[in-house]
Amino acid sequence: MAGEKGLSAHLGGHLRENGMLVALVAIVAFFTVILQFQAQPVNFLKAQNITNVFLQNGHVIILALGMLLVIVAGHIDLSVGSVAAFTGAVSAWLTVSMGLPFWLVIPLTLIVGGLIGAMQGYWIAYWRIPSFIVTLAGMMVFRGATMWLLGGQNIGPFPREFQAMSNGFIPDLTGIGRPHGLTLILVALAVGLLVWSGLRSRRSDAAFGVTPEPMGFFVGRLVILAAAITFVGYQLASFRGLPNVMVVLVLLTLIYAFFTENTVTGRRIYALGGNEKAARLSGIRTERLVFLTFVNMGALAALAGMIVTARLNSATPKAGTGFELDAIASVFIGGASMAGGSGKIVGVVVGALIMGVMNMGMSILGIGIDYQQMIKGLVLLVAVIFDVYNKSK
Amino acid sequence: MATLLEMRAISKTFPGVRALDHVDLTVEEGEIHAICGENGAGKSTLMKVLSGVYPHGTYEGDIVYAGEPLSLRGIRDSEHHGIIIIHQELALVPLLSIAENLFLGNEVASRGVIDWRKAFRRTRELLAKVGLNEPPGTQVGKLGVGKQQLIEIAKALAKDVRLLILDEPTAALQENDSQKLLDLMLELKAQGVTQIIISHKLNEIGRIADRITVIRDGATVSTIARHEISEDRIIRDMVGRDMAHRYPDRVPNPGEVLLEVQGWNVWHPEQKDRQVIRDAGFTVRKGEIVGIAGLMGTGRTELAMSLFGRSYGQGHRGTVRMNGRPVDVSTVAKAVAAGLSYVTEDRKALGLILEEPILKNISLANLAGVALRGVLDKRREARVAEDYRKALAIRTPGVQQKVVNLSGGNQQKVVLSKWLFTDPQVLILDEPTRGIDVGAKYEIYTIMNDLAAQGRGIVMISSEMPELLGMCDRIYVMNEGRIVGELSRDAATQEKIMAMILKTTGNGTGQPGGRAA
Repeated sequence: MAGEKGLSAHLGGHLRENGMLVALVAIVAFFTVILQFQAQPVNFLKAQNITNVFLQNGHVIILALGMLLVIVAGHIDLSVGSVAAFTGAVSAWLTVSMGLPFWLVIPLTLIVGGLIGAMQGYWIAYWRIPSFIVTLAGMMVFRGATMWLLGGQNIGPFPREFQAMSNGFIPDLTGIGRPHGLTLILVALAVGLLVWSGLRSRRSDAAFGVTPEPMGFFVGRLVILAAAITFVGYQLASFRGLPNVMVVLVLLTLIYAFFTENTVTGRRIYALGGNEKAARLSGIRTERLVFLTFVNMGALAALAGMIVTARLNSATPKAGTGFELDAIASVFIGGASMAGGSGKIVGVVVGALIMGVMNMGMSILGIGIDYQQMIKGLVLLVAVIFDVYNKSK
Repeated sequence: MATLLEMRAISKTFPGVRALDHVDLTVEEGEIHAICGENGAGKSTLMKVLSGVYPHGTYEGDIVYAGEPLSLRGIRDSEHHGIIIIHQELALVPLLSIAENLFLGNEVASRGVIDWRKAFRRTRELLAKVGLNEPPGTQVGKLGVGKQQLIEIAKALAKDVRLLILDEPTAALQENDSQKLLDLMLELKAQGVTQIIISHKLNEIGRIADRITVIRDGATVSTIARHEISEDRIIRDMVGRDMAHRYPDRVPNPGEVLLEVQGWNVWHPEQKDRQVIRDAGFTVRKGEIVGIAGLMGTGRTELAMSLFGRSYGQGHRGTVRMNGRPVDVSTVAKAVAAGLSYVTEDRKALGLILEEPILKNISLANLAGVALRGVLDKRREARVAEDYRKALAIRTPGVQQKVVNLSGGNQQKVVLSKWLFTDPQVLILDEPTRGIDVGAKYEIYTIMNDLAAQGRGIVMISSEMPELLGMCDRIYVMNEGRIVGELSRDAATQEKIMAMILKTTGNGTGQPGGRAA
């Protein structure tokens, strides 16, 4: 089976999935090389940069996870930037003005975000008001609400514990110090998990009657991924260890990947986006599902809002501007369809990382914000053109 | 009579498939020429070659039209020659008016400014020609499918048609609209318009066609002259074997009453005072196949869907009993739990997620059956799909295949599999053989018989009376939202069914669209 035909057929079928990963690697390689040949060579892959990519783009990845579900369900949410700003302001108000401890502020803010999502989701799901309109309204309303709550000023600074959410690193429980022992242990665990799950899905592929990918391909991909994780992990360990944000990101990514691919509710969201009427006639409560998708989006927007607020160490009226566009772009670069019903969590994370790596690389290169915007816009367009072209073949 | 069109040895290859293999077709000036063949035989491909959708150079063979070789560059080119095709999916813009649609791409304008007076005058002329009495400013989306079909023809007439191609024009029409359309075709013939019709409905072809060309597996099998036309002959040529039995044999063995519906009333989903189903009642026994006959638009689908989790209408009233006990069917999930399944007449829009693979479609209505505490067991899901693939002979390379790539018959088997996996006691099949070819129809009938033999009750809704008469143990006749009669297998004939419909038309409390007295 694993002859010439198997290989090319496999490459064809999984071009989209692997394509964006290849693009990410290529973009990283591009910046690494080009920065080496600057007048003052810069090591693009140094630990600080790697840490910063995740610190500076964590909120985009978090928003994109929720946005994928919204888009898969056949909707859109334009309000997440404003909601993130508002919930950030709420967390600031609770912490600074009310003096509440962080372990109370975090869940309270998440609840506020969920309620905002519920308010918008109610009209979208049960009244069938187009999500574009409801969330466009939400975008304006919560931007205004942020200004109102903050009184046009910044609120801050925050206590250390709250800031640690985005600036902190996991403690080294092993006491090794440098390199960071716990980080190394976690990296080893992650690599082990990667190999185990790879082998497991390969075995079940056979059981599903799917032609497994050629062995060479499988091993090659596994080795590259393991090497990448090990490299990133070691760099982080030799710097300050694993950032707290990254722990949150990895956990959320795993949870949402599992949710979308392996749970009944996840599958139903895809069915809803694929053909709402067929889904409803199959006994799926589509309205409730849309509603919950927006509640989830609201809570994730609140999480993103707190992380950004903690990073800046103050809540500002202008926070979160344009976040919704970054999140939506990540989802589409990651291969989701505008029509709903398709898209993968892994793709979305890769899409967000592509944007993040490009932001950082271009900034180090000293490319102006004007060119950065143009280049990012074109990358989004090219990724989607590539997608459409692939499907038409 | 002169030859208008001759297509010689047309071959067309798609990657991996030879869709047409030396097809010959000769059409005489002024005739109605029918093209028959199973789904996938190559009829539509041939017509796309003829109408320039596949331009000259993308196929082999020659086309001679009105005595001259024809090499088309595109659809506009073919329309320039007076060759106009009306596709199965109507190409009208629902939000525009009749006049706007008629001259779309061909506007009555000078220097880009539309002359509405002239456009409306010409629209009235064209509508008169096709026998449609509607104001030219009417929004097309507000008309029924039958009238829309007539507008398509008027649109063709607006372009000075010489050869009109109709791809399954009556597939979505109800009986009297179909008749009107066929009459119009005969009238156009009298005016000298040559026509090609693709159709599955053999009785219609028999009525209007002068000659029939049968295509099988991308090749011409035969051309049958008018005096030789018989349904058996056409079917034999289409499937390549004798179909002595169009319906599989079965010994009915009805048991006790399974489903009992009493006093079922439903109102229109948007118009509160418009009653669509009136006091309907019926029963289904174990192992019984029960038919529901009636014209389109009499409320058969509405009855079925309203019973199935109130998927249609509002203000539902009446009782539903399963095995003698009243059951709650107020949501789809509850109806499924009560043992009811509904297989839709519109499998692409309502039955399937086309871009998803077979296995995900099959598990959709019973995800709990392949999950443990909300987590999917994908191995089990694949095994279930594989079992149904074998049991129902779904022809596909594997259950990972997207359903959009399957033929109509195989898609229908996927929808059936989805509902069988919920283990229903009663299956309501709404037009289960619509749009699928003769061979696959036989397979669907066989599956229905097997299900009845397992002790399930089956309700079959169909617009094709021969199919109901061939398959059902009992037939209910529906008209204007009521069940107006019941016939046993032995007593049922097409004439009796039609008589029941005609006698009850207009003498109730009004039409289904009308107001209650």
